Amino acid sequence: MTEPVVRVSQLHKSFGDNEVLKGIDLDVTRGEVVVIFGRSGSGKSTLLRCINFLEEPTSGTIEVSGVRLEPGPRTHRQREAIRSVRIKAGMVFQEFNLFPHLTVLENVIEAPVTVKGQDRAHSVAVAEELLAQVGLADKRDEHPIRLSGGQKQRVAIARALAMEPEVMMFDEPTSALDPELISEVLSVMRSLATETQMTMMVVTHEMGFAREVATTMAFFHEGLIVEQGPPGQVIADPQHAQTKRFLEAVL
Amino acid sequence: MRERLEQWSADIPFKVKLGMVWGVIALIVVFLFSLADFDVQWMLDHLWFITQGLPWTIIICGLAIILAVTLALFGALGRLSNSAVAQGVTGFYTSFFRGTPLIVQMFLIFLALPQLAPPNLPGLRDSLTLTALQAGVIALGLNYGAYMTEIFRAGIQSVGHGQVEAAEALGMTYRQRMRRIVLPQAIRLIIPPTGNEFIAMLKDSALISLLGSVVAQMEIFRRAQLVGRADFRPLEAFVVAAALYWILTTIFQVFQAKLEQRLSAGYVRTLRVSTQPGVELVESEPA
Repeated sequence: MTEPVVRVSQLHKSFGDNEVLKGIDLDVTRGEVVVIFGRSGSGKSTLLRCINFLEEPTSGTIEVSGVRLEPGPRTHRQREAIRSVRIKAGMVFQEFNLFPHLTVLENVIEAPVTVKGQDRAHSVAVAEELLAQVGLADKRDEHPIRLSGGQKQRVAIARALAMEPEVMMFDEPTSALDPELISEVLSVMRSLATETQMTMMVVTHEMGFAREVATTMAFFHEGLIVEQGPPGQVIADPQHAQTKRFLEAVL
Repeated sequence: MRERLEQWSADIPFKVKLGMVWGVIALIVVFLFSLADFDVQWMLDHLWFITQGLPWTIIICGLAIILAVTLALFGALGRLSNSAVAQGVTGFYTSFFRGTPLIVQMFLIFLALPQLAPPNLPGLRDSLTLTALQAGVIALGLNYGAYMTEIFRAGIQSVGHGQVEAAEALGMTYRQRMRRIVLPQAIRLIIPPTGNEFIAMLKDSALISLLGSVVAQMEIFRRAQLVGRADFRPLEAFVVAAALYWILTTIFQVFQAKLEQRLSAGYVRTLRVSTQPGVELVESEPA
């Protein structure tokens, strides 16, 4: 219980001269739902993308359930460490990124079968359960192109869950959706947090969702976490001037 | 007068007019050939001999396209890799084979290659001595592989970066990502231009005749040259050869068009073939 699932220490990330993350420290314990919010360009997405090394951090360390990662040359050992972090940390993208040449079911079983070498029949059974969980059991044989945005994102969640991750990272999961489709995705995420106690890191502007589901909220400003605490405290009584200003704008 | 002519022309369907133009061109050609002492009987007598080259032309191109596709795949992966070795090797390969004439490459492989073996190693020299057919297939494959590397590279690059990231985020290795996610999507864009390259290769395979080849393995053009020269009937012989190539490429173009139709159909969202009898297409909206 004491060991955090995700531990980020002194994380820096620059793109050229532009320093996007200026020393992030963040611990996420099991069952915690951390909502990361702040203005666009403040480095929220970059943090998630650095945790699974889709972006190579400039310096700092990442630890995901016992596997430690530091930036460095992609040796065989480094690649394997990155892969094991990626397997433990599921990711859901803003743009869904489903595989268009595969059916919904194939999307979900692809990684368990290919990456984990799981038995196909077993993976199909698990996938069907997950699809039922996100309310899409009847779409198993459709191709992604025939799904709505909300359905695509729910498949993407099922696809990430199929790897049985220790933590789920959501990178603005509802930002690309039409307004009427947002709630179906949020409700899947809500039940993931409340019913299965999934550890989650969520970059989002959905303050209603945050208030209801988050255990911790972290406000990003210019590459730093300037305020952090339970939603009751951060939303109701923000301490930092920038947090106040941001919340006034979105609430 | 002009008005009436235009009216008369407008009444004829476009396709009929097009057919008439082709017919007129054919008549002119036949007329010119008849002036030129065109020996139809000789042509018919030697038609079979030249046509026997057809399977060889197809075998040569079949083998060469397999080689070319393999090289193009590895060439494209090399060009897109981060490795200096892979980029260097594939860069050299494409630069050389796209920058020199195919016929020169054929002669290099056929005549110059054995010379590379040191004189004290006759065994090596023998194994570097290829038949005209072997040398031709290798040269065609290497040359077309270099051009097709660009086709494959573009196809692979056209698969969105989001796809690569999604595969990476799921823990896939480079190889798994390529095999399972990227290449299956790239193939849809790679197949049509590869078909074009194959058609071009059918024609370029005639260059192999310049290497000379054993009688049993002669392709179309070599056979045409042989009989045409022997009987001083080059016109008749080459007309047959040209016609055979023309038929061959036309057939493959039809295949090609069908294939392209099928490939694009898989990505259409709103129309879907119904399994119900009597209903051919159903329009459906994503729910």
